Amino acid sequence: MASFFVTTREREVIEVEGIDGLSVMELIRDAGIDELLAQCGGCLSCATCHVQVDPADSDRLPPMKPDEDYLLDSSDHRVATSRLSCQLPFSSELDGLRVTIAPEG
Amino acid sequence: MMRSDPRHFDVVIVGAGHAGSQLAIALRQRKFQGSIALLGDEGDPPYERPPLSKEYLSGEKTFDRLLIRPLEFWAVRDVTLLLSRRADAVDPAARTLQVSDGTTISYGKLVWATGGQPRRLTCSGHDLRGVHAVRSRADVDRLIAELPSVTRVIVIGGGYIGLEAAAVLTKLGKPVTVLEAQDRVLARVAGEELSRFYEEEHRSHGVDLRTGVSIECIDEEAGAACGVRLADGSTIAGEMVIVGIGIVPAVAPLVTAGARSANGVWVDEFCRTSLDDVYALGDCAAHANRYADGAVIRLESVQNANDQAATVAKALMGEFEAYDAVPWFWSNQYDLKLQTIGLSTGFDATVVRGDRAARSFSIVYLRASRVIALDCVNSTKDYVQGRALVATGAVLSPTRLADASVPLKEMVPAA
Repeated sequence: MASFFVTTREREVIEVEGIDGLSVMELIRDAGIDELLAQCGGCLSCATCHVQVDPADSDRLPPMKPDEDYLLDSSDHRVATSRLSCQLPFSSELDGLRVTIAPEG
Repeated sequence: MMRSDPRHFDVVIVGAGHAGSQLAIALRQRKFQGSIALLGDEGDPPYERPPLSKEYLSGEKTFDRLLIRPLEFWAVRDVTLLLSRRADAVDPAARTLQVSDGTTISYGKLVWATGGQPRRLTCSGHDLRGVHAVRSRADVDRLIAELPSVTRVIVIGGGYIGLEAAAVLTKLGKPVTVLEAQDRVLARVAGEELSRFYEEEHRSHGVDLRTGVSIECIDEEAGAACGVRLADGSTIAGEMVIVGIGIVPAVAPLVTAGARSANGVWVDEFCRTSLDDVYALGDCAAHANRYADGAVIRLESVQNANDQAATVAKALMGEFEAYDAVPWFWSNQYDLKLQTIGLSTGFDATVVRGDRAARSFSIVYLRASRVIALDCVNSTKDYVQGRALVATGAVLSPTRLADASVPLKEMVPAA
């Protein structure tokens, strides 16, 4: 079974089971990691599902659309590998992915 | 026979929508140790409502994907879900709640998060089979079940819900008529430029959109709706009537118990009602909002539900921080993504930025020269960058704002 790893704001690392077709945001939310607010439900209207991807994994991700780019710009905690997790559909190709929940705000 | 004491919870949340469920989540996230009950009148665990008129209606998302959390989550977080139950009465002196299942629950703190019921038509035929609202999963499931035999859908109300439903049903191949009583759609929430743009879009997709019409009644055939009769005597045939004319806040038990009401239930900046230890939040909570020039308003949005949930969670943990969040909202229709920031109510000028013909533009709303809101159509960049202008009430000239070659972030006045 494919899975990925989430580092919370408390620096806890949680392994989350991957399900093809669901977004990384949905999987993190359903795993009960409540730090990820994901207020808009994944429709690209907020940036509350912001994660920082491990640089080693960044090549495996789908390219970013301009709207995601603009929304990430609203965060004070954007890094080079920042993504909105609602824009990352999970597939077995992302097995072992490592993401960190971005600080609030 | 001895009567057992009423079941007690330290926090009882009435209403298991976005606001109520997010409050329960936020309390546990803040390590609240007391007992929590989350009471909801639907049979399903908390779910997202915005997709009901969008991806759920269109079939793009299954119900499971709408759940705010998987069912087992609530037990893991020690939140007692009391589903398929209404709160019928509140006794603020005894701190008890009469529940529709015949039980009494006592509370330490009560939080009212009931949202509202869809406003219904009052004309004859309003309760016929074939007449629908779009507020709950059950509403939409009923609608989807009837859809195959429907030859025309008549949407009453040109607000966001009605227009979103019209867009989805049009995409599903159904002929749709939209009837709006005002002289333009979205009249309650947006300026005329946006209304006219959406009217043209719907018409170009084949929607028969009529404004300034009043409904006489719903026509009946064999116990079901068969069309809508207008005040001018004309009729429109259609087996499905979708009524999207707003909600009525579900606050009667609280108001009966003595809570101050104000088109909903009045709350202060910490979401406290006028009753001791009773809070209210979300769609039903009338609060003074800085972004409405201090007017007491209700905000029907996920943003307001979530942000007020944070305010109440903090207050219940003894940390009083006034609610002061910038309102935002979205609506998807066809390939148009509308994103709004701020509240346009009371604007005295508008500026259009960008290219209407290219279907990517923003409308900036000003009041007394200050930016108070933006409606952004396929223009996430302006939506994101306009937030700072709204939050600071930036004073900018209409000419400058209209120059779409200059990003809004470069217009934020220095602090």
